[in-house]
Amino acid sequence: MTAAENTAAENPVAGGAVPALEIKGLHKSFGQAEVLRGIDLSVAAHEVICLIGASGSGKSTLLRTVNLLEPVSAGDIWLSGQRITAPGIDANRVRQHIGIVFQAYNLFPHMTVLRNVTLGPVKALGVRTAKATEEARALLARFGLDGRAGEYPDRLSGGQQQRVAIARALAMRPRLLLLDEVTSALDPELVAEVLDVIRELAESGMTMLIATHEMGFARDIATRVAFLADGQIVEQAPPAELFTAPQDERTQRFLRRITEAGRL
Amino acid sequence: MTPPAPSVQPPGDPQSGGWQPGGLPSGEPLLLTGRGSRLLGTNAAGGSARGVALSTASTLVLLAVVAAVFLLAPGSAVVRHTFFNPSAMWHSLIGDPAKGYYSVGAALWLNIKMFLSAEVLILVLALVIAVVRQSPGPVLFPLRLAATVYVDIFRGVPLILVIYAVGFGLPALQLTVVSTQNAAVYGVLALVLSYSAYVSEVYRAGLNSVHPSQVAAARSIGLRSWPALRYVILPQAIRTVIPPLLNDFISLQKDTALVSVLGSIEANRAAEIYSDTTFNYSSYTVAAILFLLLTIPLARFTDRLIARDRARRLAGGNG
Repeated sequence: MTAAENTAAENPVAGGAVPALEIKGLHKSFGQAEVLRGIDLSVAAHEVICLIGASGSGKSTLLRTVNLLEPVSAGDIWLSGQRITAPGIDANRVRQHIGIVFQAYNLFPHMTVLRNVTLGPVKALGVRTAKATEEARALLARFGLDGRAGEYPDRLSGGQQQRVAIARALAMRPRLLLLDEVTSALDPELVAEVLDVIRELAESGMTMLIATHEMGFARDIATRVAFLADGQIVEQAPPAELFTAPQDERTQRFLRRITEAGRL
Repeated sequence: MTPPAPSVQPPGDPQSGGWQPGGLPSGEPLLLTGRGSRLLGTNAAGGSARGVALSTASTLVLLAVVAAVFLLAPGSAVVRHTFFNPSAMWHSLIGDPAKGYYSVGAALWLNIKMFLSAEVLILVLALVIAVVRQSPGPVLFPLRLAATVYVDIFRGVPLILVIYAVGFGLPALQLTVVSTQNAAVYGVLALVLSYSAYVSEVYRAGLNSVHPSQVAAARSIGLRSWPALRYVILPQAIRTVIPPLLNDFISLQKDTALVSVLGSIEANRAAEIYSDTTFNYSSYTVAAILFLLLTIPLARFTDRLIARDRARRLAGGNG
């Protein structure tokens, strides 16, 4: 079963006009610091949205808020039409449907690769261990990690660890996958192997929200690119438009700096 | 668990401890880098044959000086007769009920039993206290408060007073089961009450040492608080605190001697009875040696675990 079928099958309201993810007027403050100042974003099923912007512009916070790892200060989020910011919503149930992959992998260091991947399905979803193991092995093989199942994370390269982290998120069969600068902590020669995995996921129809500094990758893979600055989405457009003819002055300045640094 | 609260993530999240093997800047004094701690470890001689000879010689010189001071002291003969009398040591070790004293060696068995039962209970109770103190949410506030008050009280009150309070207080209540136990049971109870407070703080330090990103990762795959704690946080926390836990248990082994104030015939009390009967203190020396035989293996085991853990962290630092 591909990720696309999976999304459709598990999501009764998808298919019509209901977006996979809808964010309206989202604000998030940490004490005095307002990190998100009114984010509006709509993501259709099978879309791949890349969030770009300087460090501190709110990309990571936006992803963590969507996954309810951070409570919102104001505004609302809908997942397949269901308001997940509503009071009384079980955040754990929501997180079972939204995968997130972190910049620093955050693998569980005391568990083997296989156990890292099966823990969620077995302990959160109640999948039988044998079935979860079989699926985990398939995922690991798909990402070129067969033969690594019995290893502990610190025996793997950064690129391998990040691929395990992606497998761990996918093992939950999420409707939406959030990727938080997943290549930023990697040595340059390891970036490609992780980007290839993400590219494959995009081709299989996975709905993704990707915070990234890899502009070339964003241009290739995104259906839409959103530029964040000061906690707001300044501009969003298909990559061909945004990278060649940015409308906002801040976007232009950001892309110019990126181009000068040789990153585009 | 407390929620992770980074505001804006720094570009390079320092996930992996920060130890860089081989990253020793030249010219930095070795003793300040942490590797110098090896000088205090077991391989102090540094490996070379000359080093072994030197360390052996200096050790022998030091022992000779200490022995000379002891033997040449004005009261040396008296002290050797009262504290290190071989015949008295032997008799107190094996005991002689006919002459009115117990075997210190046999009495040590009670210390071991008290230690083992107290240790199991402490491990469990302290963990419960630590987890309660770290629990989130307003509903559990009364439990958190109770746990905090408990730890404050039992860390602050001297163990010997707790032993008196439990050992003489509970029997005085004249309740059915509570007041009719033997002294060793009250002793174990007092040890558990006192040590659980300390050990819960050790656990808590371990829980706090687990990086918040691990909590985030656990929650991100939909694990609820308890499974996240059980499968992700606790195993990492406990691994970190095994050496300090063992350290507390070395202390616990010898503190079982304090239960002698309740009249339990454990090693210390047996030694006391011997000295009361024969007016020779060599029985205390026997008790001391027996306690050393108990604690030193555990101390060496702890050292080995620490060394292994250190090697593992150094090896994993570049992953």
